Amino acid sequence: MLTYAFATLLALTLISYLIGRRRAVMAVDGRTYRLHSRPAYHASFVAAWVGIPASLFLLLWIAIQGPVLDRLIIGTLPEGVLANKSTGELSLILSQIKSVADGTIFGNPDPFVLEAGERLRNWRGIAQLSMFASAAVLAMLGLVVAQWRISPEFRARQAVERILDALMIACAVVAILTTLGIVVSLLLEALRFFQRVSLFEFLFGLNWEPQIAMRPDQASAGGAFGAIPVFVGTFLIALIAMAVAIPIGLLSAIYLTEYASSRFRAVIKPLLEVLAGIPTVVYGFFAVLVVAPALRSFGEAIGLPIAPNSALAAGGVMGIMIIPFISSLSDDAINAVPRSMRDGSLALGATKSETIVRVLLPAALPGIMGGILLAVSRAIGETMIVVMAAGIIASLTLNPFQPVTTVTVQIVTLLIGDTEFDNPKTLAAFALGLVLFLSTLVLNIIAMRIVQRYREQYE
Amino acid sequence: MSDVSAPSEITAVERAGHWQSAAHRKRLRRRYAADRRLRFLGLGAIGLAIGLLGILIASLAYTGYLAFAQTRVELEFYIDPALVKSDDVRAGNFRSITRQALLAHFPEVTNRRQQTQLAKLLSPGAEWIVRDRVVAHPELVGNTIKMLVPVADPYDQLNKGLIRRDGPEPQRRLDDEAIGWFDKLDQAGLIHTTFAFELFVNADSRFPEMAGLAGAIAGSFMTLLVCLLLSFPFGIAAAVYLEEFAPKNRLTALIEVNINNLAAVPSIVFGLLGLAVFLGFFGLPRSAPLVGGMVLALMTLPTIIIATRATLKSVPPSIREAALGIGASKHQVILHHVLPLAMPGIMTATIIGLAQALGETAPLLLIGMNAFIPSLDSVGLLEPATALPTQIYSWADSPERGFVTRTSAAILVLLGFLVVMNAAAIYLRQKFERTWS
Repeated sequence: MLTYAFATLLALTLISYLIGRRRAVMAVDGRTYRLHSRPAYHASFVAAWVGIPASLFLLLWIAIQGPVLDRLIIGTLPEGVLANKSTGELSLILSQIKSVADGTIFGNPDPFVLEAGERLRNWRGIAQLSMFASAAVLAMLGLVVAQWRISPEFRARQAVERILDALMIACAVVAILTTLGIVVSLLLEALRFFQRVSLFEFLFGLNWEPQIAMRPDQASAGGAFGAIPVFVGTFLIALIAMAVAIPIGLLSAIYLTEYASSRFRAVIKPLLEVLAGIPTVVYGFFAVLVVAPALRSFGEAIGLPIAPNSALAAGGVMGIMIIPFISSLSDDAINAVPRSMRDGSLALGATKSETIVRVLLPAALPGIMGGILLAVSRAIGETMIVVMAAGIIASLTLNPFQPVTTVTVQIVTLLIGDTEFDNPKTLAAFALGLVLFLSTLVLNIIAMRIVQRYREQYE
Repeated sequence: MSDVSAPSEITAVERAGHWQSAAHRKRLRRRYAADRRLRFLGLGAIGLAIGLLGILIASLAYTGYLAFAQTRVELEFYIDPALVKSDDVRAGNFRSITRQALLAHFPEVTNRRQQTQLAKLLSPGAEWIVRDRVVAHPELVGNTIKMLVPVADPYDQLNKGLIRRDGPEPQRRLDDEAIGWFDKLDQAGLIHTTFAFELFVNADSRFPEMAGLAGAIAGSFMTLLVCLLLSFPFGIAAAVYLEEFAPKNRLTALIEVNINNLAAVPSIVFGLLGLAVFLGFFGLPRSAPLVGGMVLALMTLPTIIIATRATLKSVPPSIREAALGIGASKHQVILHHVLPLAMPGIMTATIIGLAQALGETAPLLLIGMNAFIPSLDSVGLLEPATALPTQIYSWADSPERGFVTRTSAAILVLLGFLVVMNAAAIYLRQKFERTWS
């Protein structure tokens, strides 16, 4: 139905383009040089007036039709049904009604559900029809208004350009809307979570067992949402990842910028970039398939018990993923150090390594630090590797051979297969998401500041 | 200063600091050694990184290549009219038919319990394959057809040498009896190993030997299509506005900072956004490629905007000035001249952005695109679907051993797609990139 609506609208827009063009040409009896704007501008003007308002209207209608109909249907339910029902039960009834309206009936629903489903089906039909009709009227209105304005003197080009400007601004604003959407949705859900669990307990509690709070008969919900073990686990894994990625990445960047021939560089740099292009789910499987068993048998050989989902395996593989990140950012930072500093040091008789360690690295340090901070934020937010290779149970330990869990793992495990929005378990995921978003945001802003200031310094 | 020129001081310098003195030569050797050390460390780091990449690819290829082959057994199925009615073929008892066909080779197995064990040699999908064949050709009822049907996963692994034949029986997946049955069929020349087309034409399944990627590939395709249709026009429009038209004010500065930040927001946060806004607020269906595409589009947008702005910047001012000079409006300059010249760069960036989106898993997990979808019948933007990376995740989580090779194979397929996309981007860049001099 919607596809048809949009297809019809598209066809209407194309037709109106042709109409507008014809109209403009006819207005000057074919002597198009007498038009202020080229006929294509007149045509685009008409097409824009037909297509844009109607499609915006359609999108708006689609966005609000579902919630509005839900509200209306709930309003028509018999009095007794709504009395002392939780939101969860209400949404269950609503989904029953919806499936009846879709034509599938599971089991024996209550008669009022059947009735409401029938009503919803009718209303949906009416809504569709009125949507179709209103959009058509809107398009026609646009056609009439736009056509009426066509004349040889009409500044169609300026008008079209103004429309284009508006469209482009709207597209640029999407970026702001996205951020706004992230902040608002995370904040709203997190606030609902903090109504049930205090912020203090969440941030400083030492016990994280969200699964227990799922069952209402267990009153231990308060103690089960202390996120410290989760934060510590995240920190530990990020630390291990950095311990792997920083030396390897930095040393490769040093070699590539200072020692390697340009041919070697041309081959190796893209190869390192490949590491960054591999999807994280692949790294996760690699950790489970190869790294964890290898570590485990290595541990057995030297008499050290290493858990199959140890922090070491997950963090190590994450470090591999981050190597190209560190190496390319350090590469940029080292390359940005002015030639004169390098030459000056070499001219004083310093060897290459002395130049690197005493001159280039200190000079490039802000840039490298910025890169490392970006990499840390990446490590904290990385999901699939830890979901597959790290633990689920939150244990407060800094032992890299033990399983730990991370913020992202908890978000995924709490949300998979469950979208009831009034469950503390689900809301906890949004609270964790908020913490994750804020901490990566702060890291990113600091890192970008450092990198920018450093770049300005040498330009 | 006069001290320095004193004769006694000169000998001291000669002793310790002269460039030919033994001490100095030693120091020099040490300094050169330090230089070599750093050099080897750097080379070692690169070797380690590349080596790890090699191990990653090699281990996946090593475990995955076996999934591209499937062990099949050639059997003669008698389509018994007593079991299959020609007017309602679909309801026929094909389980019995496949079982009979297998048992015919083992007249010595008469014990009922053993027969049940023996029947497990065939994949549960075997009866569906025979059924589909007969449904397509109802005239086969009453005839005998010769077909290759897949064996069950343990036997497939046995044939590929992944299961041990020796060692204590209780620790093995197959006991000696089962191995004996399989070997008997093998000696009769009935076991064939052929290309596992199931991997590409089937939807997901609980049985590794029947599980395929077709559903996931279709889901990924639709998701990426939505992502492309949204992020490409929006990204270009936003980039053109910010680069060419935007006045320098608070709002545009805010948008700019915003876009740079969005590019670094963890992908899982976009999943939370999709869950709360698209599913929770707008009530769009779970697991739908439309929602997945919208979430991925929001993630790809910053990438495309940033790259497009860089490309627009690289178009030389002389082109703009020439166009402006012959009377084009600013919009015409950009639409008719700058944008077409920047297009190859924009397309390259878009393909790279889409390749990233193709591998993205976490946001799709949160909006439920890891659903189990065993059929290819309902494919649509609002129907539940999976994508390649989420399929990999689900298979990696499956306990059956056959899914390990299946997962590796799926990863190889995903990496194949990524290689193709990146190669296309590189080709575009090399073919159309112009250096303005």
